[in-house]
Amino acid sequence: MASGIKDKVVILGMGCSKFGERWDASPADLMVEAFEECLADAGIEKKDIEMGWFGAGIDAYNVGSSALPLSLALRLSNIPVTKVENMCATGTEAFRGAVYAVASGACDIALALGVEKLKDVGYGGLPQRTRGVENDMFWPNLSAPGAFAQLASGYRAKHGIDKTELKRAMAHVSMKSHANGAKNPKAHLRREITEEQAINAPYIAEPIGLYDCCGVSDGSACAIVTTPEIARRLGKTDLVSVKALQLAVSNGDEASFSDWDGSYIKTTRIAAQRAYNEAGIKKPREEISMTEVHDCFSITELVTMEDLQLSDEGKAVHDVLNGDFDAGGRIPCQIDGGLKCFGHPIGASGLRMIYENYLQFQGRAGDRQLSNARLALNHNLGGFPHQNICSISIIGRYE
Amino acid sequence: MFGITAYGAYIPRNRLSRAAIADANDWFDASLRGLAKGERSVCNWDEDTITMAVEAAQDCMSLLDANSVGALYLASTTLPFLDRQNSVVVSQALNLGDHLRTMDVSASQRAATSALIAMLEAGGPGKGSAMLVASEHRRSKCGSRAEMLWGDGAAALGVGSEGVIAEYMGCETYVTDFVDHYRGEDSTLDYEWEERWIRDEGYLKSVPLAATRLLEKTGLKAVDIAHFVLASDQAKTPSAVAKALDVTAEAVVDNRIASMGVSGAAHPILMLTAALEAAKPGDLIMLAGFGQGTDVVLFRATEQINERRPKTGFAGALARRRPDENYNRFLSFNNLVERETGKRGELDKQSYLAAMYRKKDLLTGFIGGKCRECSTIQIPKENYCVNPDCGALHSQDDHPMSALPGRVKTWTADRLTFDWNPPAYFGLVEFDGGGRMMMDFTEVEAGSIETGVAVSLHFRIRQFDNQRGFRKYFWKATPSGL
Repeated sequence: MASGIKDKVVILGMGCSKFGERWDASPADLMVEAFEECLADAGIEKKDIEMGWFGAGIDAYNVGSSALPLSLALRLSNIPVTKVENMCATGTEAFRGAVYAVASGACDIALALGVEKLKDVGYGGLPQRTRGVENDMFWPNLSAPGAFAQLASGYRAKHGIDKTELKRAMAHVSMKSHANGAKNPKAHLRREITEEQAINAPYIAEPIGLYDCCGVSDGSACAIVTTPEIARRLGKTDLVSVKALQLAVSNGDEASFSDWDGSYIKTTRIAAQRAYNEAGIKKPREEISMTEVHDCFSITELVTMEDLQLSDEGKAVHDVLNGDFDAGGRIPCQIDGGLKCFGHPIGASGLRMIYENYLQFQGRAGDRQLSNARLALNHNLGGFPHQNICSISIIGRYE
Repeated sequence: MFGITAYGAYIPRNRLSRAAIADANDWFDASLRGLAKGERSVCNWDEDTITMAVEAAQDCMSLLDANSVGALYLASTTLPFLDRQNSVVVSQALNLGDHLRTMDVSASQRAATSALIAMLEAGGPGKGSAMLVASEHRRSKCGSRAEMLWGDGAAALGVGSEGVIAEYMGCETYVTDFVDHYRGEDSTLDYEWEERWIRDEGYLKSVPLAATRLLEKTGLKAVDIAHFVLASDQAKTPSAVAKALDVTAEAVVDNRIASMGVSGAAHPILMLTAALEAAKPGDLIMLAGFGQGTDVVLFRATEQINERRPKTGFAGALARRRPDENYNRFLSFNNLVERETGKRGELDKQSYLAAMYRKKDLLTGFIGGKCRECSTIQIPKENYCVNPDCGALHSQDDHPMSALPGRVKTWTADRLTFDWNPPAYFGLVEFDGGGRMMMDFTEVEAGSIETGVAVSLHFRIRQFDNQRGFRKYFWKATPSGL
């Protein structure tokens, strides 16, 4: 039986660029911005990095394929660098590669960096792109909001919830993230909104309106990881360690076979349970201090609360409206603003979530600092509700 | 006995008000106002001659055994492909198999009647059945008389000796190079000559000549004709021709200019389906096709005419309508204006022909797989069975699914993605008996889609590759009530 990743690897340093419409910044500029902060935080020199994992989601509009863009941008010393891409789970995948390399003993110090340059395409929303030669011939031209909006139809039908009530809970999700994002100087969207504004915004994909959608941003985030022993030897205290790293990938079951009703994400349920097992978490509602979930759309965050076992099935609407996941609630969600307001540069998002965990555990989160945060769960969802990749990382204080 | 054994009809749901066309154009031509009565049928953006042909043929096949069809003829002057046999696309969408004679017949308004004559003359008792599909998606200049009077539509006929509803009595053709209108190889729109000349020198001379020859040949009398089909966009001409022939005024089949418009080469066959629906056993039916001369064919309705009714038929197709006042959208759907598509519409839609051929069973036939080990139905058909408790390799037999009813599991109306008629509706459809697929919806009216709503599948245009002059087809779901 594998012993899992728990407490084998710690974070030596982290960095994150300002997210947003970075018209003047190239992908390399964004990478350097995140990397320089990370390197200074780690207190090591560039030459100490032995291996790198590089995440970028949408090559065609971005940095291009392969590991070269990272190695060139940072002028790395010909170390092994691996490019990873797994849709919106890309950032977490880069982190997983670096963490596993250190845990295996293949190297002592590894770098994970994710970047995305989305605002060079000339229009709002994620770039319209091919889904592959064969898929393009019969898949609907579904946009990301179009894919995720269907969660709402499935959820309404399963739980007998009317459109108005669900829309209000969705609006609350967004209102909460805007309130959090307003306190984060690196966030893309920093203006507070009301539930009414969210409810009354124009539809993008029924019932998702403008304020139900996350920001589409440029940005980069990175981590340098090592073993607890090396971190201590380098003089680090208040260590933050990896408790679990899990990934669940659809196999066609939801889309082609099962009685999946479109009201939840099957892979999230699987990855969450595996992650809780790996981290030794028995009662997530009591043990998890904060979550950063894949709130690409407000409805995604809402159903994810159930998929992570943080709300009872069919009760997320109640819990959301009750403020359970607000900054002062039972388990704050997206305390940094989330994808919604911090922004969603695809390849960077998973690392951005861990960056926030790391700041919170080290008491460096400024106006949005939570008291006594000990264990954080991060969740990414790449693809569509019916066919996706779910990554979950659990990060906590190394105790 | 030999003759027509089945029929089917399809008329696009969209019906554009002629007043809307006149409102937009009578500043230029005040005479259009006089034609601004009723409405005309208009293809949706994802419909064309091929998709309408499939619909009409499906309706016809509600009366035919698919295995009995040995030949498929497609008649049209608006075939989407000049060099790629369009009838083959239709036959594969209908899953008629690969042992079939196919042929496209074109280049005249009597393309369909000429094809029908060829089928009737070549066939006979014991020669199996054949299907004729006539379909027309006719484009015309903005603000033209044609734009006012024409419409889109398709019809299908089964020809054979099993279940004859209208016995073939004989045919005649008069051929003359009478050019009332034409479309050259470099043109997309027709050029027409004066109406009065077409009436006097065309219809009134050519049709009686052919019809008289046929009546003489068969020994039948014009006065005994119960249904006289003569497609024309000239409202009064069929009656004038009938009078000249001594056919009764009651026998003249109304060309439905007011309710759908004249659907070009498809119209004689579509109006024949209307006549067949109205015919009583023993009725004599004369079908005329006009264009560079005239085809005439005579049928006599049999006792079976009352029982053999298609699923939808002409009246059903005409009744299934969605009123439309939006002239600009009509222009847009017919590529008559250069319109903004947004940057999302700029994505290259290269057609990968090798991949398309590899996937043709799915794309054209909507054929999924049924596992021999566990009976699980799945679409697309893949190497391993999708049932996690089975997972058998290469265990699936072909399973045609286009006729299966389904239900909506999840859905949305997407205003972000590119669509020719936003919002784009799509969602997860679950089929009766098993199998599910995320797919496009079409013909959705606001409020008609919800989880649990029943849907049927329709062969439609999936995408235009305008850069390379290609178009791709696939199946879409439509709420069954529409």
